[in-house]
Amino acid sequence: MEEFLQSKIFGIKWLRLLTNCQETLYMVGWSLLIGTIIGFSLALVLVLCRKGGILENRIAYLIVNTICNIVRSVPFAILLVTIMPFTRLLMGRATGTRPSLVPLIVYIAPYLARLLENSLLEADPGILEAAQAMGASTWQVIRYFLLPETMGSMVLALTTGAIGLLGASAMAGYVGGGGVGDLALTYGYEKMNTPLMILTVCILIAFVQLLQFIGNRLSRRLRAHR
Amino acid sequence: MITIDHVSKTFKSKERQVDALRDVSIHVEAGDIYGIIGFSGAGKSTLIRLVNRLETPDTGSILVDGSDLSALSKKELRTLRRRIGMVFQQFNLLSGKTVYHNVALPLILAGHPKEEIKKKVDDALKFVELEDKREAYVSELSGGQKQRVGIARALVTDPKILLCDEATSALDPQTTASILQLLKRVNREMGVTILLITHQMSVIQMICNRVAVMEEGRLVEEGPVLEVFGRPREKITQRFVRTVISDQIPENFQRVLRKDNRHFRVELLKFIGDAVEKPVIASLCQTPGLEVNILGATMQEVQESTLSLFIVQLVGEDTVIEAAEKFIDESGALRERVQPAEYGA
Repeated sequence: MEEFLQSKIFGIKWLRLLTNCQETLYMVGWSLLIGTIIGFSLALVLVLCRKGGILENRIAYLIVNTICNIVRSVPFAILLVTIMPFTRLLMGRATGTRPSLVPLIVYIAPYLARLLENSLLEADPGILEAAQAMGASTWQVIRYFLLPETMGSMVLALTTGAIGLLGASAMAGYVGGGGVGDLALTYGYEKMNTPLMILTVCILIAFVQLLQFIGNRLSRRLRAHR
Repeated sequence: MITIDHVSKTFKSKERQVDALRDVSIHVEAGDIYGIIGFSGAGKSTLIRLVNRLETPDTGSILVDGSDLSALSKKELRTLRRRIGMVFQQFNLLSGKTVYHNVALPLILAGHPKEEIKKKVDDALKFVELEDKREAYVSELSGGQKQRVGIARALVTDPKILLCDEATSALDPQTTASILQLLKRVNREMGVTILLITHQMSVIQMICNRVAVMEEGRLVEEGPVLEVFGRPREKITQRFVRTVISDQIPENFQRVLRKDNRHFRVELLKFIGDAVEKPVIASLCQTPGLEVNILGATMQEVQESTLSLFIVQLVGEDTVIEAAEKFIDESGALRERVQPAEYGA
């Protein structure tokens, strides 16, 4: 095993390749998880506080809507550099795999908020009205009506978000985050190791295929019987 | 049970404002099946939603089962809503869930223990005759079955009031009849007061005991169903009544009447309930100098009673006809002359 890890493939050690894959998974996994929590909360504010929503609140809607628009209008490469002081404040330093979670989350949360907002809006207003007529509290409306009705669509939205994160994580890796993208850029591009670059692209493609496959499968299962 | 008192409501948007309700008052007694009829846009959806406060009025007050809705806190409102069932035109069920889960939801929301939920849901499903569909998914059901699930869901919390928002409008006539029969059982066997809105007069005819007619946000006519059917005052009410009871003379009859050069009048007679027991027409036939020709007759069952309608041609001298009219009026039947200008010399 040790021997295999130390052996080389296209000019780098297998160990390096696997470590970088692991870093990519780490970055995508954690930022997706935390980004989903934040993004979903923002999406709820957008859906519940919008005009005609069950918690109609113009100010809350306006604030979240504006934040989402502002963050989403900054390209990731620029966002990454712009918020470096903030990242450093939070994580102690601005580069590395763990600190790169900060820009990734800041980037993906508003994106997910928009995607999940669309999903949540698919819920039939009649069902929400029925929920209120039954005496459901706001929390119960979300838990027993909004979520089950839109779960399949939300899983697809998260899949799209995860794939977007994969792309962003490659960029983050370039600024010292590691990951598969880092390999492609530093070795493949700067050192002109074309075979390695192609290999990393293949790995990224495999990641995307796998994510989409899992997402589609899960979504279809959640939508069974509809 | 439900008192809506001088309620008005206006919806405003940038472009225009719509007066959905204009000074509407209704009173629904416990045990009533109260129907509100109107064309779409008449304000009936808004009106029915006042009762569980899915809509709030701009002015006026609403009393439901003794509590003033405007005085309730959010929590009290939720408790009240649990005592009011609601059934929708589009059913509004969770499509990806089982029949059982859908019916159980109101009890889950109210935090009842599992065992109790199971018992109540089974009882409710039995009442709507869907025990065998317990584990079926809603997407596998027909429209009528979906509405039965909707009714079971509305009844599972033992409400005192059931609100029906066009509950049969998405169903075919046969299914409509069976759902209406079910609603009647809900009213009789469970003692639930029903307030329903519809645009079909046949729904009112089949199950309601009182009816209110709405037009452009106003309540234009209100009363016991039999009375409104027998003596519709407003144009719109007459139009609605005509959709189930035709009082028109067929064209070919009209042609015959126009050619008839005897001195006659055409009268529309309505007998409501007991009035039919008196031999009015038989007596008319025995009047000297009067010829009675029955052009048509229909009979409609309205709210456990019958409404009989005769169109008769009275041939004879003016004095004889007038005496006959007087006799009819005194007998308790309702009488109308049909287009007097057109017929009779």
